[in-house]
Amino acid sequence: MKQEYTITIYTENQVGLLTRIAIMFSRRKINVESLNTSPSEVEGIHRFTILINVAEDVVRKLVRQIEKQVDVLKAYYNTNDEIIWQELALYKVPTDTIAEKAKVERLLRAYGARAVVIRKDYTIFETTGQREETDTLINVLAPFGLIEFVRSARVAIIKNSKGFHEKLKEFEETEPTKQILTAPITAEKAAEMDN
Amino acid sequence: METKALNKKTTLPETAIEITGSEALMKALIAEGVETIFGYPGGAIMPIYDALYDYMDQLDHVLVRHEQGGIHAGQGFARTSGKVGVVFATSGPGATNLVTGLADAMIDSTPLVCITGQVFAHLLGTDAFQETDVINITTPVTKWNYQITDANEIPGVMAKAFYIAKSGRPGPVLIDITKNAQLQKFNFEGYTSCNHIRSYRPKPIVRKEYVEAAADLINQAERPLVLFGQGIILGRAEEEFKTFIEKGGLPAAWTILGLSALPTDHPLNVGMLGMHGNYGPNVLTNECDVLIAIGMRFDDRVTGRLDRYAKQAKVIHLDIDPSEVDKNVKADVPVWGDCKDTLPLLTSLIKQRKHESWLQKFKDCTEKEIEAVIDNELHPTADTMTMGEVIDQLNHLTKGDAIIVTDVGQHQMVACRYAQFNQSKSNVTSGGLGTMGFALPAAIGAKYGAKDRTVVAIIGDGGIQMTIQELGTIMQSNVDVKILILNNQFLGMVRQWQQLFHERRYSFVDIASPDYVTVAKGYKIEGNSIKERKDLKAALKTMLDHKGPYLLEVFVGKENNVFPMVPQGCGVSEIRLK
Repeated sequence: MKQEYTITIYTENQVGLLTRIAIMFSRRKINVESLNTSPSEVEGIHRFTILINVAEDVVRKLVRQIEKQVDVLKAYYNTNDEIIWQELALYKVPTDTIAEKAKVERLLRAYGARAVVIRKDYTIFETTGQREETDTLINVLAPFGLIEFVRSARVAIIKNSKGFHEKLKEFEETEPTKQILTAPITAEKAAEMDN
Repeated sequence: METKALNKKTTLPETAIEITGSEALMKALIAEGVETIFGYPGGAIMPIYDALYDYMDQLDHVLVRHEQGGIHAGQGFARTSGKVGVVFATSGPGATNLVTGLADAMIDSTPLVCITGQVFAHLLGTDAFQETDVINITTPVTKWNYQITDANEIPGVMAKAFYIAKSGRPGPVLIDITKNAQLQKFNFEGYTSCNHIRSYRPKPIVRKEYVEAAADLINQAERPLVLFGQGIILGRAEEEFKTFIEKGGLPAAWTILGLSALPTDHPLNVGMLGMHGNYGPNVLTNECDVLIAIGMRFDDRVTGRLDRYAKQAKVIHLDIDPSEVDKNVKADVPVWGDCKDTLPLLTSLIKQRKHESWLQKFKDCTEKEIEAVIDNELHPTADTMTMGEVIDQLNHLTKGDAIIVTDVGQHQMVACRYAQFNQSKSNVTSGGLGTMGFALPAAIGAKYGAKDRTVVAIIGDGGIQMTIQELGTIMQSNVDVKILILNNQFLGMVRQWQQLFHERRYSFVDIASPDYVTVAKGYKIEGNSIKERKDLKAALKTMLDHKGPYLLEVFVGKENNVFPMVPQGCGVSEIRLK
């Protein structure tokens, strides 16, 4: 059964690695719903957050293939209830219409939005939240003439992850340790070991 | 200027010397124990070739006729020597010509380090002459690749390249070096080989609980079957493997890349797996109770239809690459690790067994296959020769001591089925990618990788024409390879499928050949061509006894088919004997 999986990948900061990771999806004809790269909690280590909609069997094999790449330290996959995730959205609307026709204050309160820029000709609102929240505001603003809309990639924190500081120390050891060298076999095992 | 340079030198650490990036590359290759390079020069790699000129006494360079030939030669070298193959090519077309070989080495886990020249760093992205985005082109077909734009990176990156290529599950690495980095002088402080990269774990650690679980399953098994692949050869675990199967009395069947890891005449060697494999191991895969896969990846040519594959069996999978486990066939017990480590552990836990009645089943199957297929293939009654009888005669003459390099197609399947092997690293073929044109250049490399052994390249009339230019390499470097062309005047394997599955609509499989003996003569290579059985033995003997390269063309039946066969989309037990 297909569902949303968020893949988190800790990598070296290496030119070309984005391609190496991206082609693992395109080779298997998997559409990437969103992709974010950013620094991680550890200096020098990059963090990819990738959202796909596939079956568990597919994501499990994919994550193992990703983790096999030389410059990848670790890859995880999680369902939505195992993570805290947010997206940021920006909305550009004509200032005159919105001021005239909408009760802007109330609108902002109701949707947790913030006005980033207010100019004579346009106003930019921002929301941060999950997909449904940002989608709702599109519908609300559409009647007032939504000029532009953009949404960022998903960023996510794994609820029961202890972060990468300790893990990295283990990676830097020449002698392998059990925890990082043991590739999980099943989803259950994977979850068990990654925690 | 003069004074400045002097001043600069006095500030160097004592161990450092100022050399160019190209010279540092030579020092790196020598430090890694490289002796042979297969390559082709060009504009963007000229500084490297210039440096090579000063190192000719330490590095043997084989000038190939096409970069694809160079990389296949590198593969052949790696496969027979167990070392890393090294290939040089220039930028642009030189680099793109490597792609087929990289893909082949990637899927067949062959350790290679390919060095490509690249345009000056300041020209990157400007569509400069012979500029191509080689890093992005080769990313999906390399284990690792990297572009060097500064000579200071060369020692460290080369050390990483060799370590990555040969460790864990081996594979091809490509290093692209811009011309400015090749020319640039820098302070070379010596070469340190690499044995650890924090983001890279070549071997999973062995988990005792799974080894024990595997041993339990094997000890309970009444009908165990071992499937072995190239992992045994790459892990240099031939002896450990033999001890394992001998103690457990375990029948063992091979994938075509596993071929030669176990001597052909070993009593527990039950033959070849897969589409054109032997009857016994295919049919009995679906009767065994425990399937023990070692260093193999359940390719679709081995498994046939997955939903009809060994459903009754418990599966134990030993592999160094954790992503192979559960990829195609779900393992009940995964034993990750280098089989050099895991096999002895497993051997110590299993009981001494014989499984006589189960082994008898394989023998019965062999009898059936001999009667239905093998007899007629090796001792045909028809006038035209079969590929099988040529291989059989070759076996009598080489006694299983030769390295056999094969191309792709019918002759490959027949050679793998019937050739005899006494020692490991003796079978060189393009297994995963199925690259026609592989054999001739791979045989050149195979000879450099095992200089004191006889190398016979068995090639079809299609494949030879794909890389026939490498006869030039053989001529120039006087490479002692024996070229055996099995000419059926067709692209035989495709023709066989057209006959069986496309109502004999022979669409573009009728391929004409030049007079190969004359072509060889043009390259100063002696040769012969025969059509009749009575000449076969003597012609083969002349070929093998000849000092230096030799080409022998043998005409075989035009429409002979390779059987048994598991048709595509069928399960392994639906194997056809005719």
